[in-house]
Amino acid sequence: MDLRELYQQVILDHNRNPRNFREVEPCDCSADGENPLCGDKITIFLSMDRDTVKDIAFQGAGCAICMASASMMTERLRGCERTEAEAIFEEFHTLVTGVEELDNRKNRTDSILEKLEVFSGVREFPVRVKCASLPWHTFKAALDNSSKKVTTE
Amino acid sequence: MNTVAETARSSIPPASGAKLDVQAVRCDFPILSRTLNGHPLVYLDNAASTQRPNPVIDAIGCLYRENYANIHRGVHALSQISTRLYEESREKVRAFLNASARQEIIFTRGTTESINLVAQSWGRANLSADDEIIISHMEHHSNIVPWQILCEQTGAKLHVLPITDHGTLVMEELDRMINARTRLISLVHVSNALGTINPVKAVIEKAHHLGIRVLIDGAQAVAHMPVDVEDLDCDFYCFSGHKIFGPTGIGVLYGKADILESMPPWQGGGDMISSVTFEKTTYNELPYRFEAGTPNIAGVVGLGTALDYVNRIGLESIMHYELELLSDFITKLKRVEGVRLVGSAPCRAGVVSFVFGEFHPHDVGTILDQEGIAVRTGHHCAQPVMDRFGLPATIRASISFYNTVEECDVLISGLTRVREYLGQD
Repeated sequence: MDLRELYQQVILDHNRNPRNFREVEPCDCSADGENPLCGDKITIFLSMDRDTVKDIAFQGAGCAICMASASMMTERLRGCERTEAEAIFEEFHTLVTGVEELDNRKNRTDSILEKLEVFSGVREFPVRVKCASLPWHTFKAALDNSSKKVTTE
Repeated sequence: MNTVAETARSSIPPASGAKLDVQAVRCDFPILSRTLNGHPLVYLDNAASTQRPNPVIDAIGCLYRENYANIHRGVHALSQISTRLYEESREKVRAFLNASARQEIIFTRGTTESINLVAQSWGRANLSADDEIIISHMEHHSNIVPWQILCEQTGAKLHVLPITDHGTLVMEELDRMINARTRLISLVHVSNALGTINPVKAVIEKAHHLGIRVLIDGAQAVAHMPVDVEDLDCDFYCFSGHKIFGPTGIGVLYGKADILESMPPWQGGGDMISSVTFEKTTYNELPYRFEAGTPNIAGVVGLGTALDYVNRIGLESIMHYELELLSDFITKLKRVEGVRLVGSAPCRAGVVSFVFGEFHPHDVGTILDQEGIAVRTGHHCAQPVMDRFGLPATIRASISFYNTVEECDVLISGLTRVREYLGQD
């Protein structure tokens, strides 16, 4: 297991300077997510233009993996159609849980995850998978307009 | 059987008040010699759970290999042997706590179950609407939630004794909080999140003047200092086996005999009855009335052996060794740039909670783990403590008598690695 794979520079940069770290006004839907075990807490704010993510932002506090994941997720999802966003959600889940061999992934040039591929190192650290996936589950809850609190425990 | 196993496999001579020989102690804990992630294990998560010495591992193996049967039931020899071993452990616990009678020692699944037992049995029988319970701001969730449940059931009110920025109780406030409706004070002996040793004896004295019962959560205390329930005069005292080198799933509730005697049963089943008809059941005497169902027999035997082991080393020696280790560790930790200790009580044991720069404890824990260092990161099941200090989480290193100065140094240098990986902050 290589810590450099987990804590890549781009991840550390997004942790230190999170993008879209704010509320969305006016906000169509939002959701709260929490990892009770490690204390990560995050809120995702969404504004939709019919089926398109017009604006997405987040607030909260968490570990580097969680914060960077949220930050990069907001960058990737802005402007996406609902179905596309859902496909990216599924693909990200596949990436961090390690269902697909990493060597296969690395040969692919057409990943819909784009920059989010940097989270591939997370799969080597099973207890950290939920840190990376918390923002995504929270986004999904906001998208489904659920007011329920999300937890990945 | 336990004694034989211990003599055979422990390298520790009987307690003589001599200085603790940490290398000899370490030989008794096989897990301490393993490596993790290519590094020797540095186990500093003892407040979550301690490790087991050979005599405990052997006693459990020996029970199952040679002596196991159900207890208090059979006329056959094995059942009698098993029963004797089980009850011998009860006597060991009694002596360990200096309780006056074996009837006062109830085996439970752990501290959590012990507190729930008191809440549901004593609490439901003795509390009514507007009665008051006092806990402190530094309680583990297991000494908060059972009382919240009880308050919902009875209409009683839960009040919280505040703590200072150092992580000590605001004792003056206790005088203001106690009133004619106060029925119970339930207090942690040693804080699992801050390491603070609370002045429980003073609290008990104050409470008893006014006829208030006191429960002490001793989960983090018993492995670090001698505990004498007669001297403390507490009404209830709870601890868990796995935090004192015994098995998981076994714990103890000590209660004063007259109080236990007056309490209704909590769970119904085998062992806690003396006769059952469909019309009426007569409950068994103490301590069996509170031990429904076939108990954790191997857990009890293992716990008894763990207490033998601790007695052999001597809690006085353990306490002195750990205090020295803790003080050296804290001094070095404070020198690391960016480290901020959470909790600075003058009287403390076992636990050092801290934050490191802006690095999130969870990231710090992952990097330390890669160096073979096991620490706990998170809220330590004490979220109100974290809220009090405005933190989502801390890094917690918790020592035991088998830890060394060198191991604490490994953690200190591990923090340098954290900075290397996560960058300047």
